[in-house]
Amino acid sequence: MIPEIGHFALILALFVALALGTLGVIGGQQGRADWMALARPGAQALWLLAVISFGCLTYAFFTNDFSVSYVAQHSNTKLPDIYRIAGVWGGHEGSLLLWFVMLCTWMMAVSLFSRQLPDVMVSRVLAVLALVAVGFLLFMLITSNPFLRLSEIPAEGRDLNPLLQDPGLVFHPPMLYMGYVGMAVPFAFSIAALLNGRLDAAWARWTRPWATAAWICLTIGIAMGSWWAYYELGWGGWWFWDPVENASFLPWLVGSALIHSLAVTEKRGLFRSWTIMLSIIGFSLSLLGTFLVRSGVLTSVHAFATDPKRGVFILLFLAAVVGGSLALFAARSGKVRSGGAFALVSRETFLLINNVLLTTAAAAVLLGTLYPLIVDALNLGKLSVGPPYFNAVFAPIMLPVLFFMVVGSFARWKNDSVAELSKKLGPVAAVSVLLGCSAPFLAGPWSWLVALSLSLVFWIILTSLQHIYRQLKSTTNWKVIPLAYWGMHMAHIGIAICVVGITMVKAYENEKDVRMAIGDTVEVAGYTFRLTNISEVPGPNYTADRGIVELSKDGKVLRTLEPEKRTYFSSSMPMTETAIDSKLTRDVYVALGERLTDSATPAWAMRVYYKPFVTWIWGGCLLMALGGALAALDRRYRRKAAATVPTHAKGVAV
Amino acid sequence: MKPRHKRAAIIIGALAALGIAAYFVLNAFQSNLVFFFSPTQVAAGEAPKNRTFRIGGLVKEGSVKRDNLTVSFVVTDTSKDVPTTYTGILPDLFKEGKGVVAQGKFDADGKFVATEVLAKHDENYMPPEAKAALDQAQIQKTIKSLK
Repeated sequence: MIPEIGHFALILALFVALALGTLGVIGGQQGRADWMALARPGAQALWLLAVISFGCLTYAFFTNDFSVSYVAQHSNTKLPDIYRIAGVWGGHEGSLLLWFVMLCTWMMAVSLFSRQLPDVMVSRVLAVLALVAVGFLLFMLITSNPFLRLSEIPAEGRDLNPLLQDPGLVFHPPMLYMGYVGMAVPFAFSIAALLNGRLDAAWARWTRPWATAAWICLTIGIAMGSWWAYYELGWGGWWFWDPVENASFLPWLVGSALIHSLAVTEKRGLFRSWTIMLSIIGFSLSLLGTFLVRSGVLTSVHAFATDPKRGVFILLFLAAVVGGSLALFAARSGKVRSGGAFALVSRETFLLINNVLLTTAAAAVLLGTLYPLIVDALNLGKLSVGPPYFNAVFAPIMLPVLFFMVVGSFARWKNDSVAELSKKLGPVAAVSVLLGCSAPFLAGPWSWLVALSLSLVFWIILTSLQHIYRQLKSTTNWKVIPLAYWGMHMAHIGIAICVVGITMVKAYENEKDVRMAIGDTVEVAGYTFRLTNISEVPGPNYTADRGIVELSKDGKVLRTLEPEKRTYFSSSMPMTETAIDSKLTRDVYVALGERLTDSATPAWAMRVYYKPFVTWIWGGCLLMALGGALAALDRRYRRKAAATVPTHAKGVAV
Repeated sequence: MKPRHKRAAIIIGALAALGIAAYFVLNAFQSNLVFFFSPTQVAAGEAPKNRTFRIGGLVKEGSVKRDNLTVSFVVTDTSKDVPTTYTGILPDLFKEGKGVVAQGKFDADGKFVATEVLAKHDENYMPPEAKAALDQAQIQKTIKSLK
């Protein structure tokens, strides 16, 4: 009964979304206030239906209702409670449902936090989002219904893929989806603005916090995914340039460009077409990511199922969204011409340069991600593009981004001079280069790439601190400094911290695969690892071989690490659980490989890593997200712009 | 400078930068393409001699032998075999009779030395490349039996 309620809620949601979409768009075009007034309650009803549906599926998981095909495939009576709940999004159908719930949550948020917006804008934004929801609902109901029942009820479920039985599953997918789907909100604002024919500073101010919010979720989601891959997959990698990772990184790159381009549109009324373009591209890339992940065209952790029908559906949906919005853009772009001029040396120019660089980086990643698929689809052979390509391309594009980031945040709008800028930034630059060039001597062999990135890192951090110091000195009361100001500097310092992590790991990490019998020792980067014992340990739904590894440095024992090799009952699939000793400036990482049976004495393959500064990568991302949050919470976004609210609007304060 | 000249200068500068970027990107791209060959194609001598490439198929039953950390095994598409060696820790799901994709090069003796063995992530999941290689071999066999 409960699963049918969930299914029914989805069908009902389809009709609500259809009504909301059509009434919102038509009502907006014809100026019908009564239809527009439906937007907020409609969005809230849709959210309620989505939550009911999601709750029903969760209930089916929790009560081990194996008559539901999706539950039977992704759960098991022995599965711990927390994974029975997180297992709801552990497979294809459920993750689409989560996707839909997230979309409705964003709609709910727009309906609640949009009091300062005119009704016509709110109804159009919600209508566009509702139309996106229609696409996802159709996709779910036609090709991937999570509530399908089985005629023969199995006694036991197939279990959740052991790789996914990890706290990472609880947080990573919801956060990433929140970011993915969040890109739909600035997209909807852009479409609404195109329908409106009005694209001014006010519009940019409304859109900014939403774009930033989506970007924050993407940042945290990607960082968590990277951390999960690092400790869970047992390969010690935090980024593999796997197509699915790229799929989440593409909207992030474009989103980063978008939030900066929006800043220019708000402050100076410039780059309007570019901003609209970026928001369309950002959301399209989110959809493309869905296609890549859900169509099964990729070999990846994330590729759950292969069903060509699903791929075709998403591709059609993608074509409709991209085609439709670009057509609208072409028809209306004449109205959104930017005015105003700016000098060659000005903040606008530097933001433009970074926008172009970020989109170029996105294009390069897109090329490497899609090319193998296109070649395969054209039957020209099978090939892949390796991480060396991405590494070779990415660093030269991103290093200038770091440079212009500093210059851009110091330059004045409209017009500045090279002499003035170099007076402000020059001395700090000299100090930074000095620090950057000497720091690598402390860490290991000197290389110019490390020196260059560390110089830039010092420059970013020192100039930010300098800027904050001056700001504090020139204002009598620090409370008047807007939150957005703190947010910007925090996010930029976050980038610098992240770059430290990436640079140090890439340059100085150390890895060893060794054969170890009990009592053997191995040394990596000054640390000694001694395998003292291996024993069998039972778990709730698996048994594990647990190694006891003693970590010591300079003859002093630091701690023991306990890596495991688990075998799950339901699938007989082995799983590596790594053991990590994490400190501020380095991680030491041990993974237990397979048991080697080639000799009389029992021995195991072991993998040992030394990863300097690796946690800084995720710490930096966290700072970026925090900075974003400060920026999005800035007081001026909540200020009611009285002049922009039409006087005839009814029920503004819903 | 007149505004018109300034704009022209910006556009030319941007185009030049874009051109340089495109050159580097495509250059890196060209040298990092890794092609895939099925065991049948490898047997026919289609695989490159001095370049990294990928092979895929099934790990032949009974072919896995270990010598310390070096593992030797045979990748087969049921029609032709490629003997392969790999040093290091294999992914959890590497198993005889299951699908595998390996990336590496021929050594001096013409043996395939893998530098990377790719994991599939679900026991029932088959890498598309490996599946394509098996299907292709099956088609060839059927054609032969019909002749």
